[in-house]
Amino acid sequence: MTSLPSLRAEKTPSRSAKDLVFRIFMFAGIGIALGSLATLLANVIIEGAPRLNLDLVTSMPSARPRRAGIQSAIFGSLWVVLTTAAISLPTGIGAAIYLEEFARRDRWYNRLIELNVQNLAAVPSVVFGILGLAFIKRGPLGLGSTVITASLVLSMLVLPTVVIVSREAIRAVPDSFRQGSLALGATKWETVRHQVLPNAFPGILTGTILSVSRALGESAPLLMLGALTFITFNPTGLDSQYTVLPIQIFSYISSAKQEFRPLAAASIVVLLAVLLALNAVAIFLRNKYQKRW
Amino acid sequence: METQDLEQNSTEQETKISDNVVLTATDLAVFYGDFRAVRDVNLEIRRGEITAFIGPSGCGKSTVLRCFNRMNDLIAGARVEGSVKYHGIDLYGDQADAGEVRRRIGMVFQRPNPFPKSIYDNVAYGPRVNGVRKKSELDAIVEKSLVGAALWDEVKDRLDASAMGISGGQQQRLCIARSIAIEPEILLMDEPCSALDPIATARIEDLMQEIKQQYTIVIVTHNMQQAGRVSDSTGFFTTEVNSESDRRTGVLVEFNSTQKIFSRPDDSRTEAYITGRFG
Repeated sequence: MTSLPSLRAEKTPSRSAKDLVFRIFMFAGIGIALGSLATLLANVIIEGAPRLNLDLVTSMPSARPRRAGIQSAIFGSLWVVLTTAAISLPTGIGAAIYLEEFARRDRWYNRLIELNVQNLAAVPSVVFGILGLAFIKRGPLGLGSTVITASLVLSMLVLPTVVIVSREAIRAVPDSFRQGSLALGATKWETVRHQVLPNAFPGILTGTILSVSRALGESAPLLMLGALTFITFNPTGLDSQYTVLPIQIFSYISSAKQEFRPLAAASIVVLLAVLLALNAVAIFLRNKYQKRW
Repeated sequence: METQDLEQNSTEQETKISDNVVLTATDLAVFYGDFRAVRDVNLEIRRGEITAFIGPSGCGKSTVLRCFNRMNDLIAGARVEGSVKYHGIDLYGDQADAGEVRRRIGMVFQRPNPFPKSIYDNVAYGPRVNGVRKKSELDAIVEKSLVGAALWDEVKDRLDASAMGISGGQQQRLCIARSIAIEPEILLMDEPCSALDPIATARIEDLMQEIKQQYTIVIVTHNMQQAGRVSDSTGFFTTEVNSESDRRTGVLVEFNSTQKIFSRPDDSRTEAYITGRFG
């Protein structure tokens, strides 16, 4: 009598054990990540709750904790981040288009640019701060502690990431579109303009929003550049002095008066809310323009 | 006296050539880096005919086709030796611009590759980049091209619909419409039916017969029956293995009228392939 083939998985005790151990590791990993985030969030929300109201965003910083708010920091952050975007997006996307569509890989200078972009993305932000201090705030440009100084430095900081994510998006456009366009007598630029960019747009947009939102949370380079911690007016232009949310939070936390602690916690909640809002916009835009081919 | 005669003769000859022959490949070889993909291609493409390239995989037939509208320029390291002349003008010479070459020598690809735009915009793309702006003019071109590609009746009510939503066979006819919208003289087709079912294939083949008077067609096909059905002339390519480097190079074995290739070919290798003994 021949035995019928069995379709049951052959589970030896050791295989089942490995399976279980691996599962535990995975759940532990996600549990630690989510758990610490939830703890942090709960902590700042509870601590900041008494100060989480409209007064927080309508009042200027003050030496008296009861009246202090963060309006100038919110406006400062918006000024700095929007200017950073205005500088880094055109340059970064332009560089990505060049590297993906026009650069010849066999040229040494293109390989050098490529290598440098990758390396720059890994440079600590404080190093950019030192560079900005020496060459932009003081030194040759001498722009002082202004919005434009901060934006230029933050642009340098996010530029490599903008280039990298834009290249990814451009590379994801199928080559058949480029070939179809070129075969109709279109020039290289027309092909980029009419085929590559429209199809890469959703990816470029989400990637760049995420990388620029990183500039919103930066404080290290701005500390080097002398963002002021106590400013009671909103920026009026690129040459204004400014403060930003992370710096303001830092100053409230390090203050000797205990009453500033809830204010700092409330400010953190505001900063996180702005960051989440930016990420949400990125996801919304991606879903809206996402194309299938 | 003598020189004059000679000149006259050569002018006559040139006129004769340019009347019938639209493309001439002479000692054409294509390299990818150091690797010679195909060598010694000599052939003439005649106006109003359908010319088919057949042969086993890797024999260089698509590579040769892509030389005819300089699509090989897009592959880094690709290099062309010998010459391809279009009405006597070297396609790879100083006087030829790749964009202008491709405008006159269009191409339909193996997989239908409509742009992710509307049907209308797909057909209008070529005319637009070549400078047609007026809406009425574009409308006329779009209709004429879609009629020419036997697609008009199926899509005339949904010209604004996405080209990605029509069937594969319709997409391929759309790609043909897109190519003929800029009125090229030659249409290169790189295995245009290999991704299509038999019914859609038959429609494309019928279409080729209808448009071949207006557009000289060169088609690469894996399908011998297709070459026999549609073409007037056939080139048979095969691969030769270099005994030293063990790398394959494509060669053009025979270029003749389709009838001759399929009934009494000059070369024994052609006969072996046609009768199904290899490939």
